[in-house]
Amino acid sequence: MLKPGKHLVLGNIACAEGALRAGCRLFAGYPITPANEITEYMSNELPKANGSFLQMEDEIASIAACIGGSWAGAKAMTATSGPGFSLMQENLSYAHMTETPLVVVDVQRSGPSTGQSTDASQQDFYQARYGAHGDYEIIALSPWSAQEMFDLTIRAFNLAEQYRTPVYFLADGMIGHIREELAVPENIDVINRKAPSGPSVTPFGTDDPSLVPEMPKFGQGYRLQVTGSSHRPNGVRDSSPKVHGDIIRRIMKKIAQAEPKIRDVAKLNLDDAKIGVISFGASARPSYGAVKKTREEGIKAGLLRLKTLWPLPEEEFTKLANQVDAILVVEMNAGKLVREVQRVACGETKIASLTRLGGVTPTQGDIAQEIRRLAQ
Amino acid sequence: MKNLGQLKADYIVQNLNAFCPGCGNGIILNCFVRAVDDLGWNVNDILCVSGIGCSSWIPSPHFRGDTLHTTHGRALAFATGAKVFNPSLKTVVFTGDGDGAGIGGNHLIHAARRNIGLTCILVNNFNYAMTGGQIAPTTLHDSKTSTSPYGNPEQPFDIAKLVAAAGATYVAKWTTNHVLELTRSIKEAMQNPGFSFIEVLSQCPTQQRNILGVRAPPQELPSRLLDMLAESTYINDGEEKRSYIYTVLAGEPTSALKAVEKALGDSGKAQLVDHLTLGRVARVEATDIEAAKARLGIPEVKRITDSREGKQEIGVFVRKQRLEYTEALREVGRRARGEQ
Repeated sequence: MLKPGKHLVLGNIACAEGALRAGCRLFAGYPITPANEITEYMSNELPKANGSFLQMEDEIASIAACIGGSWAGAKAMTATSGPGFSLMQENLSYAHMTETPLVVVDVQRSGPSTGQSTDASQQDFYQARYGAHGDYEIIALSPWSAQEMFDLTIRAFNLAEQYRTPVYFLADGMIGHIREELAVPENIDVINRKAPSGPSVTPFGTDDPSLVPEMPKFGQGYRLQVTGSSHRPNGVRDSSPKVHGDIIRRIMKKIAQAEPKIRDVAKLNLDDAKIGVISFGASARPSYGAVKKTREEGIKAGLLRLKTLWPLPEEEFTKLANQVDAILVVEMNAGKLVREVQRVACGETKIASLTRLGGVTPTQGDIAQEIRRLAQ
Repeated sequence: MKNLGQLKADYIVQNLNAFCPGCGNGIILNCFVRAVDDLGWNVNDILCVSGIGCSSWIPSPHFRGDTLHTTHGRALAFATGAKVFNPSLKTVVFTGDGDGAGIGGNHLIHAARRNIGLTCILVNNFNYAMTGGQIAPTTLHDSKTSTSPYGNPEQPFDIAKLVAAAGATYVAKWTTNHVLELTRSIKEAMQNPGFSFIEVLSQCPTQQRNILGVRAPPQELPSRLLDMLAESTYINDGEEKRSYIYTVLAGEPTSALKAVEKALGDSGKAQLVDHLTLGRVARVEATDIEAAKARLGIPEVKRITDSREGKQEIGVFVRKQRLEYTEALREVGRRARGEQ
């Protein structure tokens, strides 16, 4: 593990470091570019920290091992990219249904299919949210620097433990492979899951207003019944309409009602902005450059950078729409986040989309040009 | 030895109302809890992991220990994560032929390759029973299932041999008719430090009456199928009995049997039995088999087979030791920390 202080590291290494700092002690993964450095670093560091590194036979097994490990008491993580993330979806649905805390790092690459396998994209914005079957809410974070690969990975673990849920860490091939300064602090805040407070436990139900039940682990004598089938608060399978409705409503509400606390956005030059740019991850970097450049030209541009993608910070979109003359959504896919912005802020202001395919970030020049056009 | 009522009180959470009447899963659960009881292990240390399908309901929600009921085919991968993080969990995976050898076949061979300290009990009923009796990787060639109405074009896996070849350190195969042997094997498997695998051929009155063509009133079907499992298997270290043969019959079995009995006279005895691959046949026992055969050249006998044709070998196939996976991981940890 890196000592406290400043280091020059790869984004992916910063992510792995953050995981180790947050208490990750089980990593199960399968090779895929551009996430390999995380897997390799964990294979090097976890055994030193008395943790378990598993290279599994595929991504399906990787996420399965994380879920099994989490119920044995581990803070567990896997790292993958789009194709591997697709393979994990069924078991991720299981993880939502069983409220299993874990972190899935998706260093997004350019698809569909093998596509440009080593190049960056932001194409899994919806795969993270809607990739698996059934109704559920998710938490997804988006880093834009090596520092945030570290900071937000720690936060991903804390959110997973606090809300007893899988948390998606949507990095991309560019931020994963960027080499930047990382400041490792002396101390970090670590949140651990709520352990049972008494001799009996209802692992899938609670009276607590957080709606997050206590989580026991295997081998403690609680004789747990963990199942992906609809279940009562004690874990017993029951497919009656009421039992199913109750559990789905609770696992969705526990995330949805916490949205203001989970929400994390950066507002850059936004106070007096008349053109609002919304972006995240790698594409937020040239977006910020374009905001600063057009400001020099006298255009009041600002950037709303999303560090949490899901739950969607809808209130921020509404506020921005009421403030500016136009919103420009910048992303590295064929137009995904822009649909959400349109859904939330349609009719409030003009909404434009700048998308970039091809495994590269949009250029600062292209974004500035679009800001100028919208400012006319 | 505890009676069933005592075992149920000690190890079972709720009544087994999930299974069809006559299902083999209750027998397997019985053998499992009897093995656990004989070992004298604390149920709090036992984790049962299962996937999707009838077999996965053997532990969940019935077994009174920790249970993890997972996704289709992936139980071994879930169990791997739990076992690695807490190697003291005595972990048993229940799976079926479709779950374990079909969709989960990759995890099965890799768990065996790693020699991870799990016990895997695979219930083989020759079909996907829960979903309505479709072709499984174990369905016999030519079987009529709900997805092979003209006969199964595929050939079945020999799962026990596959897992043995992949590196498991304990491999056995029994049927639900071999409860003492199965119980003994489960005990042996759970004490083996590495990956242990037990295939159990099981009766499924709901689907097998169609896919194996065993026609009988519902109340007779389970015992007919259990007898068939015994008739269609032989124990690998058992003495070969050469004092009987099978005659494949032409026409209606009961009247064909009468013709066989008449032809045999005093030279042998014949009875109708169900056979996994030969169907409803007459088993002919005689002290002089050749003399009996010579009398059976009658139209009601289509073909005569020896006692082993079309049977499956059962017994314990592998007992060996090699480095167990969680132990190997501990070794890697010591190396990483410079402790040696």
